[in-house]
Amino acid sequence: MNIMNTAHVRHGSNIGQNLTRREGALKVTGAARYAADHHPAGMLYAVLAVSAVARGRVTALDVAAAKAHPGVVDVMTPQNAPKLAHHPDEKTNPFAFRLDILQDAQVRYANQPIAVVIGESLEAATEGAVLLAPAYQAEDVVVRFEDGEHFVPAAVGVGAPAEEGHGDVEAGLRNAAQRVDVTYDTPAHYHNALEPHAIVAEWQGERLIIDTPSQGMAIAQGRLAGLFGIAPEDIYIRSPYLGGGFGGKGLIAGPQVLGIMAAKLVGKPVKLVMRREQLYGPIGHRGVTRQHMRLGADTEGGLTAIDHHILTATSRFDDFFEPSAGVTHTLYATPALLTRYEGMRFDTGTPLFVRAPGEASGSVALEGAIDELAEACGMDPLAFRLKNYAETEPLTGKPFTSKALRACYAQGAARFGWAKRPLAARMMTDAQGLLTGWGVGTATFPAHMFQASARAEIRSDGSGVVEIGAHDMGQGAWTALAQIAADGLSLDMDKLTFRIGTSDLPDAGIAGGSAHTATAGSAIHNATGAAIAALADIAMRDETSPLFGAGNAGVVSRDGHLYRRDDESRGESYATILSRAGLDSVEGRGEGAADQAVTENYAGHAHGAVFAEVKVDPELGQVRVTRLVGAFAAGRVINPRMVESQYLGGMIWGVSFALHEEAIMDRRTGRPVNGNLADYHVPVNADIPSVEAILIDEQDSLINALGIKGVGEIGITGTAGAIVNAIWHATGIRVRSMPVTLDKLLF
Amino acid sequence: MNQFEYELAPNVENAVASGRSNGAVFLAGGTNLIDLMKGNLVRPTRLVDINRLPGLDRIEFLPDGGVRIGALVRNSDLAHDPKFARDFPAVAEALLSGASPQLRNAATVAGNVMQRTRCPYFYDAASACNKREPGAGCEARGGHSRLQAILGWSAHCIATHPSDFSVPLVAFDAVVEIDGPQGRRDVALEDFYLLPGNTPERETILAPGELIVAIRLPAQAALFAGHARYLKIRDRTSYAFAVVSAAAGLRIEGDRIVEARLALGGVALKPWRARAAEACLMGRRAGREEFAEASMLALQEARPSGENEFKIELARRLVVRAFERTAIDNTARLSPLPASIVNLTEEIQR
Repeated sequence: MNIMNTAHVRHGSNIGQNLTRREGALKVTGAARYAADHHPAGMLYAVLAVSAVARGRVTALDVAAAKAHPGVVDVMTPQNAPKLAHHPDEKTNPFAFRLDILQDAQVRYANQPIAVVIGESLEAATEGAVLLAPAYQAEDVVVRFEDGEHFVPAAVGVGAPAEEGHGDVEAGLRNAAQRVDVTYDTPAHYHNALEPHAIVAEWQGERLIIDTPSQGMAIAQGRLAGLFGIAPEDIYIRSPYLGGGFGGKGLIAGPQVLGIMAAKLVGKPVKLVMRREQLYGPIGHRGVTRQHMRLGADTEGGLTAIDHHILTATSRFDDFFEPSAGVTHTLYATPALLTRYEGMRFDTGTPLFVRAPGEASGSVALEGAIDELAEACGMDPLAFRLKNYAETEPLTGKPFTSKALRACYAQGAARFGWAKRPLAARMMTDAQGLLTGWGVGTATFPAHMFQASARAEIRSDGSGVVEIGAHDMGQGAWTALAQIAADGLSLDMDKLTFRIGTSDLPDAGIAGGSAHTATAGSAIHNATGAAIAALADIAMRDETSPLFGAGNAGVVSRDGHLYRRDDESRGESYATILSRAGLDSVEGRGEGAADQAVTENYAGHAHGAVFAEVKVDPELGQVRVTRLVGAFAAGRVINPRMVESQYLGGMIWGVSFALHEEAIMDRRTGRPVNGNLADYHVPVNADIPSVEAILIDEQDSLINALGIKGVGEIGITGTAGAIVNAIWHATGIRVRSMPVTLDKLLF
Repeated sequence: MNQFEYELAPNVENAVASGRSNGAVFLAGGTNLIDLMKGNLVRPTRLVDINRLPGLDRIEFLPDGGVRIGALVRNSDLAHDPKFARDFPAVAEALLSGASPQLRNAATVAGNVMQRTRCPYFYDAASACNKREPGAGCEARGGHSRLQAILGWSAHCIATHPSDFSVPLVAFDAVVEIDGPQGRRDVALEDFYLLPGNTPERETILAPGELIVAIRLPAQAALFAGHARYLKIRDRTSYAFAVVSAAAGLRIEGDRIVEARLALGGVALKPWRARAAEACLMGRRAGREEFAEASMLALQEARPSGENEFKIELARRLVVRAFERTAIDNTARLSPLPASIVNLTEEIQR
């Protein structure tokens, strides 16, 4: 996959340029082909039949009726599903979450796939799925904290400790001059990417070819290789474009595997696209939390203790506990800190990664509680945060690789006009009589890096090629990574062939954890550096080259040329060097990964400050966010346009978190009540009248060679807290249960 | 979805004849019906497409000052007709507060009136619903009931009617023109809808084969043009059904109200005309106290059908707000965010 379609002019370095998306024209003209746009010859349509009960067994399926329907080709059930090499419940690694792929008749959550109908048309298969008319033996369900047993999980997130901290929290609370003891509730959020999970699968003998949206092609290859008993390299995945990932496409989901199984069953290519309402079950979701916060402060407003207790739910059959404590480990200096978890088992699908998993939900509780403590201390909430500013990472005491949070606070506050904020609540009313309030929240997200490889090539025509199996979820990888690649080869973008999005390219690692640009970018940086070094080596050994013998002084690359570092009048083009050497090209390979010495000794995090203005109708309770200003520092910015877009999108999701989004499960049946885009509310344009993101300059020479942190998830942190704090400032009411719907503000 | 026959009806007579057959339904804009079919909630055996019926896509302003709206007039076309919006501003406002521009472009006015409840349990084929299957039970009772009815509900159904458009139509005495096997008849929209009682599966007075051909607003409705509003409280600014809504109209002479109209949306299985509230305002001042008294009367029969008691107080407060806004001359122009209690656009620009 390659794109040469750049509607911009470059000046100097590619990095830092405000380039538009290189694939943008393809997307807006419909030329970009997403997974479900593929129609290999002879393709059939697969449709999931999903469970209407949340716990129990399927006792009957009318397969004959479905098969008798015109156009239905076959019905896949536990009886005839292709045998797998691994049981889907086998935990082969920490990222292998249990899948429901027709291994038996058991039902573990509503909307679990219970059969797949394959037809000549989508319509025939869809009706076939209805005609299956399943019967169930249903059992009682648990989908509320009130209805079941709590326990202490062995680990949270993916292998994080369930209890961490330091100091004597009880003493800190006992000796505090001011305390808050409050509980914040955050609901389950379900993935609603514009593009639902979809797959087109084709078997060519023992070789598998799939088009499917993926944030991690190599992980998917590994998982599928294990399930189907084939080699990872015999699985070819195309995933050049995603209609949104947000963590939902990080790991291959059961329905995608079912599409592959269906193709195997019928011996033809098969397309399977999930229906919107089917997303509310098998693909992971943000787990529900109840967070008990106990904080204390001394007479000067300095924290004496933070106790962050998290109750969260996983599924009945697998473990993923929303790791909400991360923000508390990171943000505020305190002599005593304790974070601990309890879990519960719900009859839902297993919760998994949803944008800023843990940080988003934890941030609401921490930022709300910090605001409450600032109020108790009679302090401005921003001043209180500055008073408790962490100079080292609170949990570990490690220094930060960089931290420009003070600048975020200062510039965000200035832009917002925070200085005019009255200290007390319910002091501002606008011309329409609406209560007006201002709130602040601190944003933070860790600067992760995973593992990636890249390949770079310089060709004798002076052009370059960079290949990496990176993933563009809409965040701009096609563009930002190409900017790093072009700079790495010292070429204009139009001299670069840049390939991403297929699994035959070097593994770019998962596009998650806000780590993709840092990880894949580092691999590209090292691969392009290796290619340049190889080219320089050729020139420096060539007696006829002006660079001959430059070894000690070194060479520099610029605009498709190499020059002697100590005498830049002496140089020649890449093409000249390779032609004279009789070479078509020279290659370099590179890896991207965190520097262990840095991660052991430093804490790496992006930071930000979000300021929100809300207006609340004093009689009708209706809340609208009228202004949002976020200032973020996340190391080096490769492409300001893409980065701003990430921040804005994150902040808008923060509005959704604070005011709109909530998956409701019927407590009696465990079925989703609002599993559709009309009733599962996310903000519409009119809900976002004004949102601004300020990019704060931050140099980080430690985090990686490029100085990149991550920007994909931080925007959702801080924002929801800023909004609930603003609602308090407007109304004097602390709403601690998300989302803040108007019925919670009728006073 | 199930297989069905499709028929493009050339005229009303043929449509009515086809519509009588068992399992037949009329297809207009399809914005609700197709969703219901995709969800396997209705399984018609025959779709009678009425989109090409001649003469039903016109807005006729009647000599007496009323208006006759053809059944196939699209929601957007009606709302953006300048004369209609001037004469019946609350109706235009209600239309524009519903759905999304794309849906309004496709949806017809008769289809809007005919749309089914959005009760989540009605919409979930796996849940028991007396509307879908008489006698099956009502799973909404005891379930997630935040948005369910507070007026006119029964043990068998606690759903609400979702239409915004119908709320001011009921407030201003709209009449539905029906053609059918037994000929034409006119029915007041208020009487067109049926409360659930013991037969929640019966939603309107329409008999098999009967077809709405037009909706009329009487000349009297235009007398409220200077003082008519539709306000809708919703959980987000657009593309959301009403938590509660109110259509209000006042005729004011001097400092006295000579006539008042009020209908509530999102509270019952039909738009709820509040006649006692209207009557109490006759001859009174257009003031907050008077409106508060009217609001108590409007909701005096209300009772929660679940965890939705807040809607009663919210509806009372909305009635006061709607009359307060209505009392202010609103002929100037339509709000950029129709039916919103907060006009953020103006606020931001200010």
